[in-house]
Amino acid sequence: MLRTSRTVTRSLRNAAAALAVLLLSGTAAFAQDASGKLVIVTSFPKDMTTAFQQAYQKANPKVTVEILNRNTNAGVKYLQETASNNGVDLFWASAPDAFEVLKGAGLLQPYKPKVEGIPEKVGAYPVNDPEGMYAGFAASGYGIMWNSRYMKANDLPIPKEWADLTKPAYYDHVAISAPSRSGTTHLTIETILQGEGWEKGWRTNKEMAGNYRTITERSFGVPDGVNSGAFGVGIVIDFFALSSQASGFPVEFVYPTVTTIVPANVGVVKNAPNKAAAEGFVDFLLSPKGQEVLLEPAIRRLPVNPVTYEKAPAGYPNPFKDKSLGAQVNFDVNVSQARYNVVDALFDQLVTFQLDDLKAATQAIHKAEAALAKKPNDKAKALLGEARDLVAAMPVTAEQAADPQLAGAFTVERKSAKDAVPERQAQVEQKWAAFAKENYANARKKADEAAALAR
Amino acid sequence: MTSLALTRDRIARVRPGPALAALLIAAFLLLFLVVPVVQVIFVAFQDKTTGAFTLVNFADFFQNDLFMRSFWNSFYVSAMSVVVASLLALPLAYLTTRFEFRGSVLIQSLGIIPLIMPPFIGAVAMQLLFGRNGSVNLLLRDHFGFSIPFMEGLNGVIFVQSIHYFPFILINLSASLKNIDRAMEESAQNLGCHGFRLFRRIVFPLAMPGYVAGASLVFIKVFDDLGTPLLLNVNDMLAPQAYLRISSIGIADPMGYVISVVLIACSLLALWVSALAMRGKDYATVQRGGGGLAKRRLKPLEMVAAYGIVLLILVLVLAPHVGLGLLSFATIWSFSPLPDAFTLKHYHTVFSESGQYITNTLLYASLAALLDVVIGTAIAYLVLRTKLPGRQWLDYIAMAALAVPGVVLGIGYLRSFYGVPMPFTGQPLSNFWLILVFALAIRRLPYALRACTAALQQVSSSLEEAAENLGATKLRTVGRIVVPLMSGGILAGFVTSFATAAVELSATIMLVHSQSDAPLAYGLYVYMQSAAGRGPGAALGIFAVIIVGLGTYLSHVVIERGRRDRGQDH
Repeated sequence: MLRTSRTVTRSLRNAAAALAVLLLSGTAAFAQDASGKLVIVTSFPKDMTTAFQQAYQKANPKVTVEILNRNTNAGVKYLQETASNNGVDLFWASAPDAFEVLKGAGLLQPYKPKVEGIPEKVGAYPVNDPEGMYAGFAASGYGIMWNSRYMKANDLPIPKEWADLTKPAYYDHVAISAPSRSGTTHLTIETILQGEGWEKGWRTNKEMAGNYRTITERSFGVPDGVNSGAFGVGIVIDFFALSSQASGFPVEFVYPTVTTIVPANVGVVKNAPNKAAAEGFVDFLLSPKGQEVLLEPAIRRLPVNPVTYEKAPAGYPNPFKDKSLGAQVNFDVNVSQARYNVVDALFDQLVTFQLDDLKAATQAIHKAEAALAKKPNDKAKALLGEARDLVAAMPVTAEQAADPQLAGAFTVERKSAKDAVPERQAQVEQKWAAFAKENYANARKKADEAAALAR
Repeated sequence: MTSLALTRDRIARVRPGPALAALLIAAFLLLFLVVPVVQVIFVAFQDKTTGAFTLVNFADFFQNDLFMRSFWNSFYVSAMSVVVASLLALPLAYLTTRFEFRGSVLIQSLGIIPLIMPPFIGAVAMQLLFGRNGSVNLLLRDHFGFSIPFMEGLNGVIFVQSIHYFPFILINLSASLKNIDRAMEESAQNLGCHGFRLFRRIVFPLAMPGYVAGASLVFIKVFDDLGTPLLLNVNDMLAPQAYLRISSIGIADPMGYVISVVLIACSLLALWVSALAMRGKDYATVQRGGGGLAKRRLKPLEMVAAYGIVLLILVLVLAPHVGLGLLSFATIWSFSPLPDAFTLKHYHTVFSESGQYITNTLLYASLAALLDVVIGTAIAYLVLRTKLPGRQWLDYIAMAALAVPGVVLGIGYLRSFYGVPMPFTGQPLSNFWLILVFALAIRRLPYALRACTAALQQVSSSLEEAAENLGATKLRTVGRIVVPLMSGGILAGFVTSFATAAVELSATIMLVHSQSDAPLAYGLYVYMQSAAGRGPGAALGIFAVIIVGLGTYLSHVVIERGRRDRGQDH
């Protein structure tokens, strides 16, 4: 492990050398052999970046890789703020939407990887950006992770499907990160919405949310909490669970049927100072050697190069063989894109910031349900149905959510001052929050009435 | 009093020096605080479509239930945190300064350690100890069938914040208590005042500047703090709302910046109120040398009680660090009162990987703290001892830094300095590590400033007048009389700035541009993004705590020695 400190000194020396070369000849950038310093902004954990850094440098001893670790949002912001004098070669992160933002802002440059044999799609999701601005190098699916000790102590059944998490047994035991904070969670929510339809999907999402213990602000907050036993069940991306398992935590993971396999990506930054090395790194990631790194216990992501699965340990999920994995939902990127901010804001206003009220309503419903099971009562049953509908009710329809007018409240890009401005974001949100608050209060009242009738 | 006012007038009229100092400080604040922040928050006053000036965003703020709820929650949590923090700090400060107490230097040093709660990892440690399924509650549930919701909702925030920030009160109050003239106490005693009455009527009022300085810091800090509510997943408070808005939901929306403006305004308000409370009162005492209050010997029974209280408080406030320590030696710690097994592996990992982080942190934090006490002393002096027009504004602006979210400052720095090339190398100025030091210094300046102001408030200006009457120049008076007399407060300021700068993350994360320049907090952040990084992260956190703890202890020793030496000289 001493290698790291040596790497630092080496990187300084190499950086100085690279600078000298650059100053001496402007043609250095066109050199065939990659060399010099390669700066990568990434949101990936150290376990993963270090493994790739070492493997790549072994194959390309002349290049020094410098990793800048930032969460996805901060990384995007950093690239935006520093674009005028860009010093970053690659952007390397999970969430495809972050790459969409960068692409939209013209901060990426196209590159077609030289590696052959990468399929067009993984699950139902295209591996590469159609315009070649970024490329998928690994796939990940979303699922349910749990702490075995916690489940045993609390006597909880093992969940298999999203719908399982709506059951009363899980009340106050589940956690998720906010979709507005975590691109991966956003895709989970969106997958459920596309898989089950807008109305039904939101119903599932909200019924699950009624059982949430907490909604974390970082994606890693969820596996972290499951690992330490702060809560029992977490909705996470597969590698969080798999790598926690590999580090020895008593946790397990399952893919529900409705899940999407989504690629994690890499893209060359526009005006990259070391374009040759950046492109070399992309090719390395996709090469068999690079793909094998993904199988390491601390990383555990699904390779996009099907050949690599031959070297995978037994039981390793393979989306190219196991057609049920992620194939259930035909994930439509355009639908997702059109309502991206709206879905985030809806989740925040209806769930995250109203969690206490939502949970109170859910608990009342659970109680009424238990009472009804013992002593059926038709009127109470109807009331309970109304309560459930109130919880599930949405302030906007699927069509409205996709309406650019509404989406416009959440973006700043407007061509001219004369363009019609819908409402301000704060106004829209206040309306939704008030809607949810009232509905949850009424739902709770109805559920209480139902429980009283069944008593 | 009138003669005093007259002399102050005279001092102000004659000197160009203070004016120059004021200009330099103003320039520094303008360049590294006002300009970068304004670059970011002017959005709050902008119409989203036309770009014209508007206040409609503020109207939206006050009409939004969520924001109003957040506002009151923040207020409630801050006020309650001050109360709980005072309960923790008062006994420690009083017992260790008023009585012959073994190990009071040690207690004072340990008392500051809660301030150094490394980000992320600290919260994990707290959850493992006090969380719903933390050690304490698991044991309680197993043996007694109930649990205590330490970490739930707003109460959890108050609990964690009080433990985290009570050292602000402890440090400033102790410094104040030490500075009280023994003669005051003795006169009161001669007049027949004893016991609690003596404390209530004489000692505590005289220590008021320190207490108010500490309490206002706690209030503002809790009001603006982001990390704790976020890590406890309490997001209906103002600072988390601002942060969530700025960094995700509403990147394009002005509301995040509106909240930032509200935060800054509230901090200034709190400050103004505390200044109001102190106005018209003279806390200065003339005599110095004996080392403050007479230290009394405790009777055996009192001794037991006192040690009991001190121990209880120390156990409570140091528990998170004990948890951190356990975590750094733990193999796996999951849903159990103690880790499964212990190992030294994590320290090995940190030793081999993270030496650079530690040296960088020492360099950055000490430079920043040094800058802070120099500027803090200067501003305190300008405000209290000169009549320069607008001097109060230096104080207000510097304090406003407390309320600027680190993300805002970080983005502001990138916007302001990225386009500026460095001389000679041509690299962007914002990549220069000294910029990071400035960011840290600006963020921690308020702590140093409050401590220095409190210290100077307790120095009577007649001492300076005496020195000047004896022919000393202004500069010499400041150097030989004022600064030495303020040393306790300056040290308090240095220590708080240093300790908190050492673990600052939010601005750092925006500004770090290469691993070799990264401080420890960045290393912690990187570790804490993966399951395998928890142990090494905790080990690195322990390093941070030890470094700052040692630094604090050493400075206490130095200052105590200095005090003794001066005492012997007389």
